[in-house]
Amino acid sequence: MLTISQLVITGIDAIAILIIFQHTSSYAGFSLPEVMFLYGTSGVSFAIANAFVGTVDQLGRHIRAGTFDAIMLRPVPALVQVAADQFSPRRLGKLVQAAVVLWVALATLDVHWTADRVALVPVMIVSGVFIFAAVWVLGATYQFLAGEAAEAMNAATYGGNYVTQYPLSILGKEAIRALTWVIPLAFINWMPALYILDQPDPLDLPAPVRLASPLVALLLCLVAAVVWRAGVRHYRSTGS
Amino acid sequence: MDTVIELTDVAKTFTRRHRRPGKIRRTRTTISAVDGLTFTVAAGEVVGYLGPNGAGKSTTVKMLTGILVPSSGRIRVAGLEPARQRSTLARRVGVVFGQRTTLWWDLPLRDSFQLIRHLYRLEPVRYARNLDQLVELLGLGDLLDVPVRQLSLGQRMRGDLAAALLHDPAILYLDEPTIGLDVVSKSAIRQFLLDRNRAQGTTILLTTHDLGDVERLCGRVMVIDHGRLAFDGSLEALRTLVPVPRVLVVDLAAAGPPMAGVEVVRVDGPRQWVTIPAGSSAAALTARLMAGYDVRDLSVEEPSIEDVVHRLYAGQAGAVRTPGLPVPAR
Repeated sequence: MLTISQLVITGIDAIAILIIFQHTSSYAGFSLPEVMFLYGTSGVSFAIANAFVGTVDQLGRHIRAGTFDAIMLRPVPALVQVAADQFSPRRLGKLVQAAVVLWVALATLDVHWTADRVALVPVMIVSGVFIFAAVWVLGATYQFLAGEAAEAMNAATYGGNYVTQYPLSILGKEAIRALTWVIPLAFINWMPALYILDQPDPLDLPAPVRLASPLVALLLCLVAAVVWRAGVRHYRSTGS
Repeated sequence: MDTVIELTDVAKTFTRRHRRPGKIRRTRTTISAVDGLTFTVAAGEVVGYLGPNGAGKSTTVKMLTGILVPSSGRIRVAGLEPARQRSTLARRVGVVFGQRTTLWWDLPLRDSFQLIRHLYRLEPVRYARNLDQLVELLGLGDLLDVPVRQLSLGQRMRGDLAAALLHDPAILYLDEPTIGLDVVSKSAIRQFLLDRNRAQGTTILLTTHDLGDVERLCGRVMVIDHGRLAFDGSLEALRTLVPVPRVLVVDLAAAGPPMAGVEVVRVDGPRQWVTIPAGSSAAALTARLMAGYDVRDLSVEEPSIEDVVHRLYAGQAGAVRTPGLPVPAR
């Protein structure tokens, strides 16, 4: 039931895209199938990452309730235990909806599908999963320092999903720079999409940057792993 | 005997940041929870780890399990460094926090145990054998299908003990295992722990405020105060080191002033409490009092270990501190 309601709710923001294109045939230089492609790739990556590590935002609750102590006593990595806690199939509702949008986009896109472009689609989705997951873990780690920071973290994850659903070129250059170099959400789907859709880069970065998503994902995951370890070492437990 | 727990000059400090009213910048204060702790525990020992609230008991246990990283010093448990090898160590230790369950609140005990089986990757045969044994010894048979949140404190504690022992740990840490339990539950848990120690040679480190636990279980006592070891030895040695006199309770025929020639510590109507001087016997004192007063009833109060520890904290025994004291023969 929840999965279905989730499907309906997330379906509404896909419909918003259709409403925009009722009034215009191009949005920041992107056609309807192209925006749907961005929406679908971001949504699929987000939904998969959410299913695997979404509950790490509960870390603060575990720390406050003292249940993180119990987690630390088990012979399974703490991150795995926090992530696996309260897994819910509800989170897959979003995946179904985003996958449908992506499928429609791929069927209607006016793209010359060369082998490298075809191969880049799964690569960008997997890279996107790891970038979202790393951002989630980084945000969660902040809760080792500040007890309640789930909302700040959601700005980066849910907000990151929202912003990458649309062409980043609707934002100012400063915002795009921040999303490229500070929180590299642009590598989730924007950069590889520029390559696949053969669109101009508003930042005029060198062409290889468009293919850098797997590298960015790897680096970001390494950073997240190091930061998580540091967070665990600075864990202070609660009094008893 | 093999050493299983070894601490060398271990310290743990916490920095706490305060926000002062009207000031934006926060001030930092450093709190020393454990300061220069050195001791070893041999395999098969049952050690009582005593101290007042905030003395550093829980901090020590959390460092021994790797939950907290020591600020300095060296810790080895079963040859491993807890903070770095926490997951490996987790297979060899069991932990019970009396105030907080490690079970899953909404799951029946049976499912909690199943989850633990998966977390520790226990072989089905070994798991079934251990579970049957623990269920029988701890009387959990009727409770297996009850959600943890519906268990009474005593039942939950037995469930927690079973959960901590399913993977046959060689070392068991118990943080206040009998807190809040009634006499019958306490006794059952103490007996279970003694049997476990004798049958399997499980090393047990027990933090407690309940001195009945210590008297019943612990061959060795460590007292920690302000993050330092204030005493390490047998219970008898602690009593000898900090002599607390026995007290004779005298019921007189009528209320009156404190009796003369003896040290009266308390008067309540016709009842008076008289210190039995060190080196003197209760019989001699009784004889003296009987000669001078109309005594109706008499009883002797043994000093509780709580009094002894309290005196030790209060520093009344002077040069009590014995850092790095070798473990006396038991």
